[in-house]
Amino acid sequence: MTATLLFVQTLNGLQFGLILFLIAAGLTLVFGVMDFINLAHGVQYMVGAYLVAAFSVWTGSFGWALLLALPSALGFGLLLEVLVFRHLYDRDHLDQVLATFGVILFLNQAVKFVWGAAPLSVPVPDLLSGSVEIASGLLYPVYRLAIIAAGLIVAALLYVLVNHTRIGMLVRAGASNAAMVSALGVNIQRLFMIVFGFGAMLAGFAGAMVAPILSVEPGMGDNILILAFVVIVIGGIGSIRGAFLAALLIGLVDTVGRSFAPNLLRLFLDPAAASQTGRAIAPMLIYIFMAAVLFFRPSGLFPVKR
Amino acid sequence: MTELADTASAPAPSLSTRFEVVPIVLFAAFAAAPLFATYSGAEGYVLSLLTRVMIFGIAAMALDLILGYGALVSFGHAAFLGIGGYAVGILATHGIEDALIQIPVALVASALFALVTGAISLRTKGVYFIMITLAFGQMLYFLATSLAAYGGDDGMTLSSRSLVAGSRILKSDFAFYWMCLICLLGAYAFSRSVVASRFGRVLRGTRENAIRMEAIGFQPFRFQLAAYVISGMMAGLAGCLLANQAEFVSPAFMTWQRSGELIFMVVLGGLGSLHGAIIGAAAFLLLEEFLPEILHGVSFFLAEETRAHLAENWKMVFGPLLILIVLFVRGGIMGLLRRPRHG
Amino acid sequence: MAEPLLELRNLRKAYGALVVTDDVSLAVQPGELHAIIGPNGAGKTTLIHQISGTLRSDSGSVLFAGQDVTSLSMPQRVGRGLARSFQITSILPGFSALENVALAVQARSGSSFRFFGNASQEKALNQPAMDCLQQAGLGARAHIPSGLLSHGEKRQLELAIGLATEPKLLLLDEPLAGTGHDESQRVVETLRRLKGRLTIVLIEHDMEAVFSLADRVSVLVYGRVIATDTPGRIRANPEVRAAYLGEEEMV
Repeated sequence: MTATLLFVQTLNGLQFGLILFLIAAGLTLVFGVMDFINLAHGVQYMVGAYLVAAFSVWTGSFGWALLLALPSALGFGLLLEVLVFRHLYDRDHLDQVLATFGVILFLNQAVKFVWGAAPLSVPVPDLLSGSVEIASGLLYPVYRLAIIAAGLIVAALLYVLVNHTRIGMLVRAGASNAAMVSALGVNIQRLFMIVFGFGAMLAGFAGAMVAPILSVEPGMGDNILILAFVVIVIGGIGSIRGAFLAALLIGLVDTVGRSFAPNLLRLFLDPAAASQTGRAIAPMLIYIFMAAVLFFRPSGLFPVKR
Repeated sequence: MTELADTASAPAPSLSTRFEVVPIVLFAAFAAAPLFATYSGAEGYVLSLLTRVMIFGIAAMALDLILGYGALVSFGHAAFLGIGGYAVGILATHGIEDALIQIPVALVASALFALVTGAISLRTKGVYFIMITLAFGQMLYFLATSLAAYGGDDGMTLSSRSLVAGSRILKSDFAFYWMCLICLLGAYAFSRSVVASRFGRVLRGTRENAIRMEAIGFQPFRFQLAAYVISGMMAGLAGCLLANQAEFVSPAFMTWQRSGELIFMVVLGGLGSLHGAIIGAAAFLLLEEFLPEILHGVSFFLAEETRAHLAENWKMVFGPLLILIVLFVRGGIMGLLRRPRHG
Repeated sequence: MAEPLLELRNLRKAYGALVVTDDVSLAVQPGELHAIIGPNGAGKTTLIHQISGTLRSDSGSVLFAGQDVTSLSMPQRVGRGLARSFQITSILPGFSALENVALAVQARSGSSFRFFGNASQEKALNQPAMDCLQQAGLGARAHIPSGLLSHGEKRQLELAIGLATEPKLLLLDEPLAGTGHDESQRVVETLRRLKGRLTIVLIEHDMEAVFSLADRVSVLVYGRVIATDTPGRIRANPEVRAAYLGEEEMV
């Protein structure tokens, strides 16, 4: 029984980790290439979810909604870049934190304004509804498997894009030395826009993918943003590979920790105390994990060489 | 180059003997406010709003001490508000209701938390420091939500304000107001002293050039850590007061958004002047309080329904306002006050 | 010969395959002004980083006043009397010249964990600081924010700060770099005044200044010390001439 539970929780952790990776990938690139702290990255995830919710009502199909949501999320990211972020690149981190905090306040309220404060729900597409038996007597929702597959595919595409294309090479170079890239005659402003828009689209994609399994509501991006920051800090800012590993680690530690911390503690404490302490410790686990990583590696697991 | 010009035009804190108008006017206004409150007809409302302003003034000033004078962007300072608040709440549920015990416990708890998290955070630099302080703040937030015995997510209501040496004096809003004002004044005087002291000079020097400080024989880490602990304790004190003001404690005291608001208060008031942080806290809270009404007022030409809608969604104005302030009002309110003198 | 004040034994530092400091051994006698010269990229600045403790060495040891200080941090070495200046001027721009120096005095006099009392009013800090400024020829500019000083004045300020740490030995990293003729004259004058009162290790590009000031000169080429001798003999040394050939005319 515990083994199957562990298996299911591992799958859930993997799925959560991959969603985190989609958000963290854009964040770490924006961070690494532009040295820009974008707190508003979480609201782009939220916007992705709302877009898919709105488009699926309009088109009646999740697939069409997703297809429409992606370019919209991209366009929205570019719009924010032009309106706000572009003016902050040469400011210090403090200014960036504050201004993007302002963007969060605005957008969280704006979605309330447009769609109301009540959570929206997006139906799981028919094609991917239901469950499959992945082991004897163990059912797992198809849609969650689809998220895992989509996450892995995007991760693979990203790997190819970053490591084997010209633009990827520029991005990697930019992450380790932006001044040099600009000295080479690359239009750094355009590179920034591309990276930014792409990151926004990835976050929007993550939001769109989880829309059918989570409730779509204002502020849904706030807490996942913090987790994404934990991921990129553990992984090493600017490192896609680091973000990928850290995202999976965080996804697993969080999901598996929540369901097993009470069980583990039962070995040392009486059941009531164990379940209470377990529930107290589980949500803190990832932060303890992060503090431990930074204690030994102050620049994360895979620091980008500068 | 602008950076150099900025630091060069910043006032030398060493000239503290100079007659200073802003803090004197500020504290005189706080001292006179209860009189006006009596005549305003909304005594309770005015007092409670101003008490909040002073409490957040203490917290913002605590942050300014490390942010403005030490360039340490702590994104988890709301955690200390929570520690102070929960110290009061938890002790009260166990029958210890006297502030003379609650406050020292809160200060010691804040100091310990600051010491441990500071020692780890200060090993990192820049963005990593911002993020790790944020993570520690979140850690405490989630701890609070899981404290089922103390209200969990919902928090807990205090049965009454703290006692002072067994007396119920703080029951009076006026007495509580004065207590907060004394705390604010005390914290301000102490911070001024710290900033101008030998210790403060090392802290300010480290902000400008840590390597130089090492080259003349200082170990910046020890000074930054001590400053972090002092700042944490001051914010912890603010937490005690906040719990008493609201007669309620909840994890919402220490959301990361609250930490962001504290940073905004400091920047809005102007970094590195201490009283600027108090002014920033006042401006922030008053704006938050009155922006809905202001919006309702200035949109008189619109239909009533639209005006109500606008007032309800005041955050859609507040957010962009924040962005505009960051982009265009450099140096905060104190910077604006100073500008004319420098031509 | 007296026991050297500073002794480097087989110091080594490499970045990957690039050996920047290659088995450097050197002895600096108390009271002397010991110059280290070398063509660009010889590893002079790396060496001074290793001596001052800014940079860890891969192997070898640094002995100061007879004690092994290899594992000590920069602040700890400063505490023992081994102070340094920086090649890229790194003063505290928002502080006045006097306060820059007073901070260095403060580091040497009593605890800095004092939270009360206005440090900028402390006579016990300001008086010695003023003395150091005057020795560096900067007394008249004491109250100017140091960010507004001219480049040469900043270099003089560096010297004053170095003096204020009451070092037994002062490491100077190109104190003349980027100064105009008049300014560099002033810095050289200051150095001449200090010479003999404390031990100085001078890393400098300006040959004229080096040969007029130094008691002994070591020549560093590709991380190796190829000669250590009096200025006169260094000038005549064929190996040194060869190393500098094409780099710049020997004076």
